[in-house]
Amino acid sequence: MTTFADQQLENQIAEWRAYVRRRQALHTPDVEELEGHLRDQLAALTEAGLTRDEAFLVAVKRMGSLDKLSREFARAHSERLWKQLVIAPETDAPANTGRNELFVVLGLAIAAAIAVKLPALFGHLINPNAEFPLFYARNASLFVFPLLTIYFMWKRGSDRVRGLWFAMTFAAAAVLANVFPFPSHSETEVLTVLHLPIALWLTVGFAYVGGRWFDNAGRMNFVRFSGELAIYYVLIALGGFVTTLFTFMMFRAIGMNPDSFVAGWLIPCGAAGAVLIGSWLVEAKQSVIENMAPVLTRLFTPLFTMLLLAFLATMAWTGSPINVKREVLIGFDLLLTVVVGLVLYAASARDPQAPPDFFDALQLALVVSALVVDGVALYAIAARISEFGFTPNRIAALGENIILLVNLTWTAWLYARFLSHRSSFARLERWQIAYLPVFSVWAAVVVLVFPPLFGYR
Amino acid sequence: MDLGKDLVAASTTPLVLGILAEGESYGYAIIKRVAELSGGHLQWTDGMLYPVLHRLERQGYVAAKWDASESGRRRKYYRITEEGRAELAAQRQQWNAVDGTLRGIWMKVCTV
Repeated sequence: MTTFADQQLENQIAEWRAYVRRRQALHTPDVEELEGHLRDQLAALTEAGLTRDEAFLVAVKRMGSLDKLSREFARAHSERLWKQLVIAPETDAPANTGRNELFVVLGLAIAAAIAVKLPALFGHLINPNAEFPLFYARNASLFVFPLLTIYFMWKRGSDRVRGLWFAMTFAAAAVLANVFPFPSHSETEVLTVLHLPIALWLTVGFAYVGGRWFDNAGRMNFVRFSGELAIYYVLIALGGFVTTLFTFMMFRAIGMNPDSFVAGWLIPCGAAGAVLIGSWLVEAKQSVIENMAPVLTRLFTPLFTMLLLAFLATMAWTGSPINVKREVLIGFDLLLTVVVGLVLYAASARDPQAPPDFFDALQLALVVSALVVDGVALYAIAARISEFGFTPNRIAALGENIILLVNLTWTAWLYARFLSHRSSFARLERWQIAYLPVFSVWAAVVVLVFPPLFGYR
Repeated sequence: MDLGKDLVAASTTPLVLGILAEGESYGYAIIKRVAELSGGHLQWTDGMLYPVLHRLERQGYVAAKWDASESGRRRKYYRITEEGRAELAAQRQQWNAVDGTLRGIWMKVCTV
């Protein structure tokens, strides 16, 4: 029979258990073992005549300092401080869904690899000795993003209507990317290659947030996810690079040439599958491991600020103007993109309640110097834009520059207000979050409107 | 009389292995047995036994399995392995050597 006192003791034990569980070095079975000990001790002490409260106090006291204990556990299991993720699911219950998820992800990754190879049946072959067919570049996002969307729909749960919308978006994109009659070496085709993934990433985002698009936290999570995925993808790609090198080395040693296998199978299938595997890794580890993107942001914000300031100082000192060449606008677009990324990922890891600190001032310095540099570049370009004429590339690049410029100008304003305590950081975060779809919408415009507008040239 | 910290730490492994050499046991019972054997001189902080057991398990000196206890809860039981017995024998030799040396010096000190 459970009496009130028993119940009270159970509550105390539950509290103690929860407290112990917070230790990283102690895993669930260890906590269970320690709890068993505590209960044995309690039973012995109450038998000896102590009240339940007294027994609990004595038993906990005898267990010793939890700090010391977890330090000892960490020494006995040194690997536990290095969080193991894929190999060892921690508890029994989530392990089951974890395994299910692993199968779903593996299935989708294989599906992505197959999707990449399907066009080969219709004569789109990748030949290592010929030029890389732009067909694959144009459709790259379409091989992978729909499967990624399916993964998130599976994971977050989704209704049929939303699924239908996603399917229609991808179908429309697939049709558009392939019906436009691009001649060879067409500028607008390259623009499509570059912009379609940006436009469709928004669709993946809709699936990622699972209907919480208008919730800022959901969108910010998608930003975090994108950054981590990029980092994981680079890591996986490095591994893939090493694998490729070994493939060449070993098969050449036995007199075989793996060129067409590597170019036709290993790289395209691996690149497609890695997106899904990387996404799953990010999803699985989000609560376990420190996010890398904000760490990189902290590292590179000061470096970029110094770089920009040094550039401005040098330009002011020498008085040499920017040498306006063809790619210069795209170069400055990329620079602004990096700065927006730094701002975004700094915001993603920041506690919005915290008061302004030195790093915020540094961010403002970064944004302002980027604006000045871009202003100088734009001035130089504008002076000669009539000479260049309006090609699709230049208009796309100019549009992007303006979009980034607007974003950063308002960011600088909000940062300045935040630093002078006249506004909250949350406003800046909201601005960045609200602005995200603009990038994708512009990309969609470039994909949809530019080719017909410029006669597919 | 309380034993020094280092001495307690050094004697932990042979003590635990020795107790497990008597037969399969679990954490709480091992601590009770230690108190019994030492007449209360050896006071361990209860929790500290478990990291030791886990380390011995890692080193292969003991093996563990989860089983039901008399109260119905799961309990982790430990037993000594062949390797553990060999380690125990080795440690015993070392302790005997220390003990022998100390005895020699105690005798002299007493006779002086």
